[in-house]
Amino acid sequence: MSRMWAIVEREMRRFRRSPILIVVSMVFPLVQLIVLGYAFGGNVKHLKLAIVDQDHSLPAVRVRELAQAVSAGAHTLDLIDYADEGQAVTDLRNGRINGVLTIPPDFSRRVLRKDAPNVALIADNTDNVVSAAMAASLTSMLAAYGAPPTMVRRPAAAALDIVEVYPYIPYIQYLLPGSIVMSIFMMVMIGGGIIFIDDKARGLHEGYLVTPITKLELIAGFNVSGTIKAVLAGFVIMLIGSLIAGVPNPFDGFRIMRLAVVIVITAFALISMMFLLMVRVSDPLMPRAIFGVLNTVLYFPSGAVYPQQGFPAWMQAIAVVDPFTYAVHAFKSLLLKNTGFDAISGDLLYLFVFSTVAMTAATLLFKRTL
Amino acid sequence: MTNAIEVREIVKRFGNFTAVDGVSFAVEEGEIFGLLGPNGAGKSTLIRMLVTLLPPTAGTALVSGFNVVTQADQVRRAIGVIPQAMTSDLELSVEENLIIYAKLYGVPRDTRTRLIHELLESVELLQWKDKQVKHLSGGMRRRVEIARGLVHEPRVFFLDEPTTGLDPVSRTAVWEMLQRIKSQRKLTILITTHYMDEADRLCDRIAIVDHGKLVALDSPLTLKASIPVTNVLEASFAAPPSDWDARLRQLPGVDQVVRHENVFRLSSGNGPATTLAMMEAAAAAHVTVTSLSVQSTTLDDVFVHYTGRALRDTLQEASVTDSPFMIRRR
Ligand SMILES: Nc1ncnc2c1ncn2[C@@H]1O[C@H](COP(=O)(O)OP(=O)(O)O)[C@@H](O)[C@H]1O
Ligand SMILES: [Mg+2]
Repeated sequence: MSRMWAIVEREMRRFRRSPILIVVSMVFPLVQLIVLGYAFGGNVKHLKLAIVDQDHSLPAVRVRELAQAVSAGAHTLDLIDYADEGQAVTDLRNGRINGVLTIPPDFSRRVLRKDAPNVALIADNTDNVVSAAMAASLTSMLAAYGAPPTMVRRPAAAALDIVEVYPYIPYIQYLLPGSIVMSIFMMVMIGGGIIFIDDKARGLHEGYLVTPITKLELIAGFNVSGTIKAVLAGFVIMLIGSLIAGVPNPFDGFRIMRLAVVIVITAFALISMMFLLMVRVSDPLMPRAIFGVLNTVLYFPSGAVYPQQGFPAWMQAIAVVDPFTYAVHAFKSLLLKNTGFDAISGDLLYLFVFSTVAMTAATLLFKRTL
Repeated sequence: MTNAIEVREIVKRFGNFTAVDGVSFAVEEGEIFGLLGPNGAGKSTLIRMLVTLLPPTAGTALVSGFNVVTQADQVRRAIGVIPQAMTSDLELSVEENLIIYAKLYGVPRDTRTRLIHELLESVELLQWKDKQVKHLSGGMRRRVEIARGLVHEPRVFFLDEPTTGLDPVSRTAVWEMLQRIKSQRKLTILITTHYMDEADRLCDRIAIVDHGKLVALDSPLTLKASIPVTNVLEASFAAPPSDWDARLRQLPGVDQVVRHENVFRLSSGNGPATTLAMMEAAAAAHVTVTSLSVQSTTLDDVFVHYTGRALRDTLQEASVTDSPFMIRRR
């Protein structure tokens, strides 16, 4: 096995001297994390909410006071009074306001009789995120109301399915597990696949193949070095990303150890997949061409940016075999919920089986000659 | 004397294209043996079979007494190989390149240190040993690879077009280093080239390969002597008479005379006789000879004789690939 270490040594020395490679494979996932995280995950603020008070009684005034408190405090809402609900809905359609809260004429009567008092939120469902954020903030506001009136949501536009984006944890934290997997994948792609095929095309492998190194030593050398590079990338992004996303208590030793296990097995699973895809390829364009496609096909169905429950069946089918799915789930459990190994044992098992199958197939396909 | 390399009726087909077509030869221990042929002749394919990179379609080859198919591992331990492409690691230093390969060959640490020092001295790269290879010229990189190929003290050394793409000075340097290394250790060298002068200067024996077949094999001198003599005389005269080319054509041995103003180019089957007769004719006619050169047979002529075409012409034919994905050396 000392010959295998010669290959690993060579790869690591080259790696240290090509900082561009390191930077690229780490900067991209971080940039994506920050841009996507802030673009989609920022708390939505200053939503213009029309209030149509058709009741004008004391209980209705109380609702408006609560709304004003939200407006003054978290700045989620800016309130505008409307006398006419019809006018308010027209403005909503035109996009001048983001929602209409109607306090119906029988509101105070029902409050006094404790007879299921209602307020209505008319929201623009063509913008899921805004309407969900507004509904969420009004729901919690009404919870503060002594005997909470229920809120009825009525779609203003033609019926559209409402999909809730998780508004409850910061979106940037939600994205972080996917970014870690992405950084591992980038390094596997660039530091593993592309360099492997470029070396092959330049004839560097000919140099190896005329030495007495065995097939298994060669394969182990390529994959161990690829795994080391990918683990480094994953670890760095895990730490930096945790700080950027504000994951609570990011340097908890036990959690970092558990995360390290997931990073290593994920790196190995992705290297095995890459090696299987590349073992018979010799054209340097090939890994570059499949890079983007593979990235899209693996990253998005994994639940890294959006919950899988919202996917159509065919995409859920991809998600089932996608190693990203299990890696993302494992990182999510550890980073966002701080669970132990029992919560992720299924993920680890899948990644292990996936690696074993891919690596075995690649080994069988690997040729010791040109 | 035992043979370092023995090739018997070796064949390599890619699909239904035959790249190497039943080649047989033997290389004695200590020889520098050259495979000379144009691009696409099958030189690299032949060498790749000998160094265990490609399995032969038919035939056998023994290197250092081991069968290249059934005893590939023993063959690999006995040989050093410089592939046609530049394969040193650009990011690594000269010394690191050698160290990695010494480790791949399992050379013990103390031997390794001593050998690497000796080899770097032989290829005159000692003061560059800590430089990254990417900062070196093509000729220096080639020398790094030559040292790298010898880092485990192989008995047989294969070099595939080691000087292609190098400038004339670097080429000469590579030849001198190979000769020096050869004089210092027991080594058999098999080298491929499409340079006639390289084969002529460096090799004890040459095999001319064309279209996958071996068309001639002998020492450069014997090869040149083996073909009908064609000498070329080039002479210029001060104010030759107008019928001078007709008179030159009458001289013994002359086949053809071509005139460019006062310069005459004569092809002759007997250089010495033609030269003597021409000088006498000039003296008799009171024509002053201002310059004279006689060119004897070259390996070019040998090549033309055996393949029916000039090597420099065949070099123009682009070979489809050296290897389908090989990036050609600059
Ligand atoms: N792997 C291969 N597949 C198909 N054809 C090949 C392959 N390798 C070489 N050839 C063909 O075999 C012939 C000989 O090539 P090669 O041995 O590289 O010639 P040389 O080294 O003398 O220039 C060429 O026509 C080349 O295109
Ligand atoms: Mg060649």
